[in-house]
Amino acid sequence: MAVEQNTLIESDIEAYLNQHENKELLRFITCGSVDDGKSTLIGRLLHDSKMIFEDQLAAINKDSKKHGTTGETVDLALLVDGLQSEREQGITIDVAYRFFATDKRKFIIADTPGHEQYTRNMATGASTADLSIILIDARHGVQTQTKRHSYISNLLGINNIVIAVNKMDLVDFSEARFNEIKEEYNAFATELGIENPIFIPVSALTGDNVVTASENMAWFSGPPLMELLDTIPLTDMTDLEHFRLPVQYVNRPHLDFRGFCGSIAAGTIQKGDAITVLPSFKTSTVKQVIQPASSLEEMEVDSAFAPMAVTLTMEDEIDISRGDMIVKSSDIPEMADALEVMLVWMDEKAMKPNSDYLIKRATNVITGRFTQIDHKVNINTLEKHDANLLELNEIAQCQLSLNRMISFDPYTSIKGTGSFIVIDKYTNATLAAGMILRKLEGDSSLKNQRVYSDFEKELNALVRTQFPEWQCKSIDEL
Amino acid sequence: MKINNKKLTHLKKLEAESIHIMREVVAEFDNPGMLYSVGKDSSVMLHLAQKAFFPAPPPFPLAHVDTTWKFKEMIAFRDRRAKEVGMELFVHINQEGKDMGVSPFTHGSAMHTDIMKTQGLRQALDKYQFDAVFGGARRDEEKSRAKERIYSFRDKNHRWDPKNQRPELWDTYNGRHQKGESIRVFPLSNWTELDIWQYIYLENIKIPDLYFAKERPVVEYGGTKIMVDDDRMPEELRKTAKMEKVRFRTLGCYPLTGAVASNAETLPEIIQEMLLTKVSERQGRLIDHDESGSMEKKKIEGYF
Repeated sequence: MAVEQNTLIESDIEAYLNQHENKELLRFITCGSVDDGKSTLIGRLLHDSKMIFEDQLAAINKDSKKHGTTGETVDLALLVDGLQSEREQGITIDVAYRFFATDKRKFIIADTPGHEQYTRNMATGASTADLSIILIDARHGVQTQTKRHSYISNLLGINNIVIAVNKMDLVDFSEARFNEIKEEYNAFATELGIENPIFIPVSALTGDNVVTASENMAWFSGPPLMELLDTIPLTDMTDLEHFRLPVQYVNRPHLDFRGFCGSIAAGTIQKGDAITVLPSFKTSTVKQVIQPASSLEEMEVDSAFAPMAVTLTMEDEIDISRGDMIVKSSDIPEMADALEVMLVWMDEKAMKPNSDYLIKRATNVITGRFTQIDHKVNINTLEKHDANLLELNEIAQCQLSLNRMISFDPYTSIKGTGSFIVIDKYTNATLAAGMILRKLEGDSSLKNQRVYSDFEKELNALVRTQFPEWQCKSIDEL
Repeated sequence: MKINNKKLTHLKKLEAESIHIMREVVAEFDNPGMLYSVGKDSSVMLHLAQKAFFPAPPPFPLAHVDTTWKFKEMIAFRDRRAKEVGMELFVHINQEGKDMGVSPFTHGSAMHTDIMKTQGLRQALDKYQFDAVFGGARRDEEKSRAKERIYSFRDKNHRWDPKNQRPELWDTYNGRHQKGESIRVFPLSNWTELDIWQYIYLENIKIPDLYFAKERPVVEYGGTKIMVDDDRMPEELRKTAKMEKVRFRTLGCYPLTGAVASNAETLPEIIQEMLLTKVSERQGRLIDHDESGSMEKKKIEGYF
């Protein structure tokens, strides 16, 4: 069994600690719609892997009587439904993070709500996940929400997709039913470009194939879910080829030290490497690579790699500030101020083309606007539509025009330099998640923005001063 | 810790994530501060701050809300650490509450916590005008914590709105706020209790002695054992004190912090005990048990 064994803890704690120190981290997201039994599945994973303490179990025993939906047995879903407001409604609203560990790995689960109106919360959870577990109710098969969850997982770049066909107990643990769903899903996955999804028939309620192999489904030869999570090869998506360091902070404790701090988004860096700073194109050589340290002796290392948080010093005194990108001189990324992007809109207030927004990409905050919606995606049907506005939970391909040039990479190559959030200039709310597809050829920011003559500017000013009641906009604000 | 084959262990990944968060805050905010509560999580947070800005000392002050009922050893430890690290230390006490003579023994845990801790914290935040405050809370501690963002937005009245949290994607944090509003920042969000202990062990981080088992004078109180730390404990209770070998799994106000019988005198022993125990960490804290959802309510009111 893959579950953490207590024996080593008791017999040789130092050996256990050594093992725990070297564990890998796997972050995954669970998605399913209301009543798919997602909370029960997670409760089951935590319960059966002995991550639940006695006092917590006692508390849910008490709560089961008040809010539970399982009658006499303990409602494991109550272990994970956190907020009072959620319990009252019996649904999950926000992403909740859960933790457990096995002998090999430490896991962080982002438990995300399934309902369409919480698509934004699912995208939040998916943005940091390596793997996605999508629940399907065996009785209902592939639903529109299954497609939505798959689409978002894929859009956010999750490469490992696990389809947990749940509630197998309610279809008599039927192999035929399982295969039917598998076929149905595969047809759709191919269309989306999802490669090799993994299928597991489970029952979260009874525990079949969650932690222990199911006796009721001897026909299934694959591992139970927990074992799969423990052994699935982690295709590490971290790019170690193309060095990118978005400068976060300049550390200047005294005149003799100027360190450029940041988290490496991709690639590796070595002492002596020739670097270029973007967008200024100034060049220098790396003098020191400094790892997180609390003493001078352990501070310097020969090299560092993504996703380490490091500090670099340079041989030359060149001007580098927050928002700049340090790259290797031999490997300069593309630069652009007009980009084709995918947007997941997350605010009640719809996105209006050509309104100004703040775009935060890595450590840059730049004013920008979406000059055009190329098409909106109906994520239930995958159909593309024309649109003038982008509303809450909608996804679209858009053209983004920035007030400044940035260096970037497509999101599918390097997440850290290819992703951004959209912030409202006035309310400061986070409005959207964005993923860069590619540079927009032929620079649309000029194409779509009319250039006004001096006469037109003067006329505009005249109208504004003489006829304020017309509420005419200033050309500069357009 | 070693680095193998260009792959970070989970602890190294957590360390990198926490440092990224701290640097981001210092770069984007005008007046950040770190809420330092002297416990093991605060000790780890302080150590990470040192690492994030080394060779400079962390460029922000430490703030401690002193309820006046903390263990004496915690206060001595706090003052010593601040000096060693070279950071400014702000200590705030709710003077009104102190003048009222608020005591967990006479006023109960709920009222004491509300006046000396929650209100004290709000006063401190108003006084120091921090626009970002680091806190050592972890998502594995409690249900409402599990849903909190790393950057947790607070309105002018320091209130948390759980239904209206900003989406938080990748490691791209939105720290923008109006004057008077602030962000609580939790760099340890993704650490578990085991990660904290293991990191303390590997990095040799200093923590108060109260975490290690020792003969201490304890009394039975409120269904748990508490330590006699001074003579403000009612005399009839103090009279019942017995020396027992105990330690503390969390540190707070001594009348509200349950001791556990233990023989764990070293870090590996503490970790071993923690892993074999069947009771969660917060059980030792008397404040969460009033009713379910009570942490959620306290947080909405401005508690950390």
